[in-house]
Amino acid sequence: MAAVSVRDVSIAFGSMPVLDRLSIEVAAGEFLVLLGPSGCGKSTLLNAMAGLIDVEDGEIHFGERNVTWEEPKDRGVAMVFQSYALYPRMSVRENLSFGLRMARTQKAEIEARVARAAAMLQIEHLLDRRPSELSGGQRQRVAIGRALVRDADIFLFDEPLSNLDAQLRNELRVEIKRLHQRLADTTMIYVTHDQIEALTLADRVAVMKDRRIQQLAPPAEIYNRPANLFVAGFVGSPRMNFVEGRIEAPDGALVFRAGDRRLALDAYEFARRPAPGSAATLGVRPEHIGVLEAGEDVHAWSGLHVDIVEPMGADSLVWCRDGETTLAVRMAGEKPIAPGAAVRLVLDPARASLFDPASGERL
Amino acid sequence: MTSAVVTSTDRARGGITARGRRPRRLTAGRIGLYAFLASAALFFLLPAWIMLLTSLKPMEEIRQGTIFALPLAPTLEAWAAAWGSACTGLTCEGISVGFWNSVRILVPSVILSVLLGALNGYALSFWPVRGANVLFAILLAGAFVPYQVFLYPLVRMFSSVGIYNSLAGIVLVHVIFGMPIMTLLFRNFYASLPRELFNAARVDGGGFFTIFLRVMLPMSTPILVVAVILQVTGVWNDFILGLTFAGRENLPMTVQLNNIVNSTHGVRLYNVDMAATVLTGVVPLAIYFVTGRWFVRGIAAGAVKG
Amino acid sequence: MHTMLTKERERLPVRVDVATPAGSARRARRRIRPSTLFALAPMAVVVGVVYLGAMAWTVRLSTTSSKLLPTYDFVGLDQYERLFANARFLVSLQNMVVFGVLFIAACLVLGFLLAVLIDQRVKAEGLLRTIYLYPHALSFIVTGLAWQWFLNPELGLQRAVREAGFESFAFAWLADGETALYALVLAGVWQSSGLVMVILLAGLRGVDPDLWKAARVDGIPAWRYYLSIVLPLIGPMIVTATVLLAIAVVKLYDLVVAMTKGGPGIATEVPAKFVMDHLFERANVGLGTAAATVMLVTVLAVLTPWLYARYGSTSGRPA
Repeated sequence: MAAVSVRDVSIAFGSMPVLDRLSIEVAAGEFLVLLGPSGCGKSTLLNAMAGLIDVEDGEIHFGERNVTWEEPKDRGVAMVFQSYALYPRMSVRENLSFGLRMARTQKAEIEARVARAAAMLQIEHLLDRRPSELSGGQRQRVAIGRALVRDADIFLFDEPLSNLDAQLRNELRVEIKRLHQRLADTTMIYVTHDQIEALTLADRVAVMKDRRIQQLAPPAEIYNRPANLFVAGFVGSPRMNFVEGRIEAPDGALVFRAGDRRLALDAYEFARRPAPGSAATLGVRPEHIGVLEAGEDVHAWSGLHVDIVEPMGADSLVWCRDGETTLAVRMAGEKPIAPGAAVRLVLDPARASLFDPASGERL
Repeated sequence: MTSAVVTSTDRARGGITARGRRPRRLTAGRIGLYAFLASAALFFLLPAWIMLLTSLKPMEEIRQGTIFALPLAPTLEAWAAAWGSACTGLTCEGISVGFWNSVRILVPSVILSVLLGALNGYALSFWPVRGANVLFAILLAGAFVPYQVFLYPLVRMFSSVGIYNSLAGIVLVHVIFGMPIMTLLFRNFYASLPRELFNAARVDGGGFFTIFLRVMLPMSTPILVVAVILQVTGVWNDFILGLTFAGRENLPMTVQLNNIVNSTHGVRLYNVDMAATVLTGVVPLAIYFVTGRWFVRGIAAGAVKG
Repeated sequence: MHTMLTKERERLPVRVDVATPAGSARRARRRIRPSTLFALAPMAVVVGVVYLGAMAWTVRLSTTSSKLLPTYDFVGLDQYERLFANARFLVSLQNMVVFGVLFIAACLVLGFLLAVLIDQRVKAEGLLRTIYLYPHALSFIVTGLAWQWFLNPELGLQRAVREAGFESFAFAWLADGETALYALVLAGVWQSSGLVMVILLAGLRGVDPDLWKAARVDGIPAWRYYLSIVLPLIGPMIVTATVLLAIAVVKLYDLVVAMTKGGPGIATEVPAKFVMDHLFERANVGLGTAAATVMLVTVLAVLTPWLYARYGSTSGRPA
């Protein structure tokens, strides 16, 4: 039984379609991240789950309940917003308890829940302050607290960390992860455009673009086996390298070939086997390329020179170039190699991805 | 989950699966909302509607006391009378005299006060002079003070230089009392422009008036439009200044209208009165309906004028 | 145009270095003064002569025994004593207060309601806004005359309703000294509540839309949302609207002249009209200017706390 089940949901703003017959199932206790560029419909989907936007077609079920027509407050969801949306002119305590008081919860119960949420988020000392007296990070903690006191089965996060600076974002990301571990039964659905948040938090990631889910899979699979060119390019920083070429089968075994460079595909797991001679795009992440100094391996790609070295602390990004072809390679250490040096590169076919350039689909 | 599973909410809705758009229930709240909005609209529209109806009726119909009824024999006679032959005291030349007086007052008043306001706002924003902001603060505060506080001394001043009861006098008065809001509008507009723009123009060798005429004024179209709308309606709708300063020869339309309606001897011709009233209201209303959004911006910014 | 400007901006830093030394900057500022002063001269004259000069003159005249023409003797506060013993002025003051309280309260309530209701994604929002605001484009003279006719006891609303069969219907506020003031309030509200709506609607549109979503998820009813969350947020705009309305109350003149001429009797006299009558018709400049001074003090009493609260501490940007 899925905790959240979205079935064939379509939404349009006026004549502009935002979601198109979209379906997704989220298991109880799962942490699902909706990831995509702005305008892909991820926030709309979240708002539809909350009941803040009406669907045009389709159904939304929470557990056994069909909640398609239910009011947001009756759905048993809690929500955290990008702009915090704390009630101004109310103290933190009042912010946390306002919804409960509206629902005529018992006073002792309210106090207990507020105390528990405050303790969990370490905001006890802030309870009597106003939102305007809090920092951004503290405000978002309070906003999460307001969601916590609702004791909801489903938590919805709408880009909760996007207004925070990098350091706070990291801190609160860990906080949210910890929260999910403690509330193991709670289903969390989290919208972001930040792939790091998606990869670190999610049990499963739904990558969205153009009103559709492009791939729905655990983070490792999204990262290692992207379903199409968009996912491959969107997830991962620095970006995956792409090389245009063809699939050939000179002696029976399939080989990727770009100019006079080749990559044997014996170790590659095909999603569907392409016909020899067909065009293909090879995608390789920078950390899956090795650099050879001397010329012992015949399969290595040669003829490239180091163009630019970007030291990034723990490792360096080395841009290798030959005319039109540019490949980024991740190497350990700062300044592992000097610009201008000739390099030969070894690509790992087991961890590479192949795509059909026409459809963008994984091969 | 298959459709065989009938959920509790499904059952509550008599087996109909909640699917697609939430049915548009016309809740009591929603009905009440539209009822309130509609009655408010009625409240705002009714007096104007009655005014228009009355102006189209002959007096016999009006005397029957059915102001809501549509005119049985609609006629523009009252309009013609209001425009050309309605009487104020002894003269019977209609409200057209006032209309043209208002136009003659309006044109120079608006041009002068808008230009002066632009110049003031520009100087205040970009050429700080010691004390200028204090002057501006007093000017703004002055906009809140009722005219009655200034009128008598102004009348003395004007008559001592011979412009009391003259076109020049009433124009000057409008420029004076329009100055706070005009200056405020332009000052706020110029203050919102990036200062680098002004710095760049100065570095390129522009002087005070060069920068104003070549750089700032050409960029000021939006605020110019707002200022003109504000000042046109303000001057047109003025009563007390025209009454006090314009003199018998130049009485603006509002004063003339009040004279026609409120000092008629003998039988009151309500249809003529209402036609004259509609005619007086037509100019600002036309501006309002044509300029829409700009007008709203103007009154929001110019609400201080009151 | 735009590209030219950006180009100029790009050029700026290079040259600004040249002009930075303190001496040349000071010289440059001195050089600009004549034209600036020339431009600001009209404003200085208006402030000095009209706003300050005329105001002081009026206050000075209020301490003289001036009748038709000004004299410059000094009679202390005699005129004020006379003023506050004058039944007509006292009625005027009382009317101003009663009118003011009712008018401001009604405008705020109606304006707020209209703003909130129009903010509920209603159909024909633009049309409704246009209808609610159009009276504000009209002058008080037109407003007053329109309502005078509409409320005309013999031929207006009352008669029409009676003709329609409701024989006992009574709505003759203008004919009765007890109620004529309320007719003025009605007309004033008709003219001004659209303005309040516009100001408050601008405030509502500035409220973070996520707040509404959060409130809906929390199950907070709409009325509670507007009362507990939105109202405090748009508080400053309500204060602004209140001040504007209060100033309009003190200035109230045209509407009275057009609608009731102060009558029946002196039932709807107001201070502004008292001043005008005594200055220009009753040839009592001393008493008129004393009343004008009272108006000035009233406005200052309304204005000072507001200005202080708004600009006193932060010296922010006006309106």
